Amino acid sequence: MRSSITKYLNSYTDAAPLAVFRIGFGIMMLASIIRFWLNGWIEKLYIIPEFHFSYYGFEWVKPLGDFTYLLFIICGIAALFIALGYKYKIAVITFFLSFTYIELMDKTTYLNHYYFISILSFLLIFLPANVYFSIDAWKNPGKAFQKIPGWCIDSVKLLLAIVYFYAGLAKINSDWLFNAMPLKIWLPSKYDLPLLGDLMQQEWVHYAFSWSGMLYDLLIPFLLLYRRTRFAAFLAVIVFHVMTRVLFPIGMFPYIMIISALIFFSPSVHHRILKRISSLFKINKAKFDNKLLLNKSRFRRLNISIIAVFFIIQLLFPWRYLLYPGELFWTEEGFRFSWRVMLMEKAGYAEFKVLDADTGKRFYVDNSDFLTPFQEKQMAFQPDFILEYAHFLADHFRKDGHKNIEVYVENYVGLNGRKSKPYISPDVNLLNFADSFEHKTFILPFNDEIKGL
Amino acid sequence: MIKISKILLFATLIFTACSTEDEPDGGGNGTDSFDRGAMLVNWADNIIVPAFENFTNSTQQLEDVTVAFTADPSEENLVTLRNQFASSYVDFQTVAMFDIGKAEELNYRRFLNTYPLAATEVEDKIASGTYNLELPSSFKEQGFPAMDYLLNGIGETDAEIAAKYSSENYRNYLLDVAKRINSLTKEVNSSWQGDYRDTFVNNTSSSSTGSVDMLTNKYIMYYETFLRSGKIGYPAGAFTGTPSPINVEAFYSADLSKNLYLQSLESIVDFFSGKHFNGNQTGKSYEQYLESLDRGDLANDILSQFDVVKSQASNLSANFKNQVETNNTVMLSAFDELQKVVVLLKLDMVQALSISINYVDSDGD
Repeated sequence: MRSSITKYLNSYTDAAPLAVFRIGFGIMMLASIIRFWLNGWIEKLYIIPEFHFSYYGFEWVKPLGDFTYLLFIICGIAALFIALGYKYKIAVITFFLSFTYIELMDKTTYLNHYYFISILSFLLIFLPANVYFSIDAWKNPGKAFQKIPGWCIDSVKLLLAIVYFYAGLAKINSDWLFNAMPLKIWLPSKYDLPLLGDLMQQEWVHYAFSWSGMLYDLLIPFLLLYRRTRFAAFLAVIVFHVMTRVLFPIGMFPYIMIISALIFFSPSVHHRILKRISSLFKINKAKFDNKLLLNKSRFRRLNISIIAVFFIIQLLFPWRYLLYPGELFWTEEGFRFSWRVMLMEKAGYAEFKVLDADTGKRFYVDNSDFLTPFQEKQMAFQPDFILEYAHFLADHFRKDGHKNIEVYVENYVGLNGRKSKPYISPDVNLLNFADSFEHKTFILPFNDEIKGL
Repeated sequence: MIKISKILLFATLIFTACSTEDEPDGGGNGTDSFDRGAMLVNWADNIIVPAFENFTNSTQQLEDVTVAFTADPSEENLVTLRNQFASSYVDFQTVAMFDIGKAEELNYRRFLNTYPLAATEVEDKIASGTYNLELPSSFKEQGFPAMDYLLNGIGETDAEIAAKYSSENYRNYLLDVAKRINSLTKEVNSSWQGDYRDTFVNNTSSSSTGSVDMLTNKYIMYYETFLRSGKIGYPAGAFTGTPSPINVEAFYSADLSKNLYLQSLESIVDFFSGKHFNGNQTGKSYEQYLESLDRGDLANDILSQFDVVKSQASNLSANFKNQVETNNTVMLSAFDELQKVVVLLKLDMVQALSISINYVDSDGD
């Protein structure tokens, strides 16, 4: 056992797949940053709002005013450098830090995709993605190697496999499989799609999409790993992600996943890709093909340990919801960072009531005075948002001269086609609670059951 | 990259080929597509267009009667004008929610009904005799609130009010306000009579720029911001804790505010059920749409909560100013009942129809 692990860790493979992955990743990230900017989202999401929802423990991470643009510039340049393989170590560390900072500024914008990018770039810090077909390797032949340890490429595959497989596991629940929810709500509204519009109205299509989506997520990592099914699997990857792109406002993610899935192909495919790039940019590819094995660095043992711990965390973290009572979809305690993608049609309505306990005077809050429509939408069905906002309101109205304040919320949430129900206990003064990782007792019971994982 | 794009094209072709092949027999057990186009036709032809036609006649009449009054500012003519004003103001409630197309472009609703009125500014402008009602800065100095003031608020008795109109400046301002109400209305009406009706009906896209999504956003925004908050919430002080009589719609008229509220409510309910503007027939609207999605339960909940709101309204005084000054609790309970519909519309209905709410509800009046 031990020897086979050692043998595996000492086995070498061609560096081309990781180089192609690095280039694709860098370009996709640069494009994402530019797209984000051109859509005006930096201003809309980070500059205009006067209040930002923070992750617990990261309250100190806030937008930087106009310097937020600089942050995106730095992140974009780092992505470009990653693609070029220029000063790779610094670039990838800068990218990881700046991108993660951006994501931590306001949890309103949380997406599993962004989390994926964050942890993927963290992983890339420890991988020798610049030893082949990079400016670093070009300029310093002493650091150019064509062969790298196999685990370097396998760890990227493993991360992709975890994302898919866990997304598949999350779909094994009664709402998804037996009620075709939420696709039954989402698909019919795409009635105007060419060719598919009428099909989207059929109930059997909703079920077919639900089941095939679940099977796709669970099986695709294995089908990509197995050489004989690989090409078909890759076609499925394209079809699946193009479909999600057509049906849902899902941004760059489908393209990122399609490009990422290329890493499962054999080195020969990647050499062909690099040949094309070489001829396009008149690069002498032969200079990189030195057949040299990557030097054992002093840090290899440390790197492997870090990556091992990283994966143990990745494998365990999505299960933390089991530590909380109640239905996960309802409380969302342990919902994020677990590859639960497109699983719920959930929305809420929250009206806050501020009570001045000294005078008995009470009034409702106009949420649009403090939150953007997007923030209000996200806040209205997530308990940690509601709690944070209640404390913000208390601070605000204390400044207005109210001293002994209490904050209550009348809150309704609708989940996967169920009629909306009261969500937060309306007679609980939210100021009696501070945010924590503990179960939030002011969430009212779901009074329904979603079976499954 | 070229290779990938080839594969991609290939895959998409295969996929579309498969899917068209599957289409003919279609499974059979599915819910049939609700015809959103037919709903738009019903909205336009049976509700919106007739409502604007009717309101255009009403504002024309309002202008004519104002002309008559300013030519001969007698007490008798004042009473006639006041009656016409009240009836036009009520008619306005039947079109106020359709802030789309030309109306949106012109800021129609804000020009016609931004209240509370800036009465001091109005007096200043009358005194100076120079003003430009087309400026956005003059939202609060014209429309129905200005007429309300000029017909009811500038004297204790009818004789006193009529006497003010011996001044040419008063006559001019009143006439200009009435004319502007009419001309803006004509402009919106003629856009519906012209190309806009087709543009609206043909825009069946499912995106947020499609007519269904856009008007639904407008509908719910109107209900939440202008009906719930504007007519009830702000006067009752629901957001401040202190009643604010000056925020009552038709503040200077004695008994008009409740009528305006009731008409607005009725228009909202009728639109929900797709009831034709002239008559009791109903066509496709939210109620039928929800039923086609097997959410008749939700449609019933919404309709029965509308009934609760209507029956609660019978406890309200005809004059909301008196109501908030004497017994604001009744007003606040009206707000609470209205609020329950907001949850049903803005949360449940929108979710069931898969429409996204994207309006910025910051500019309440």
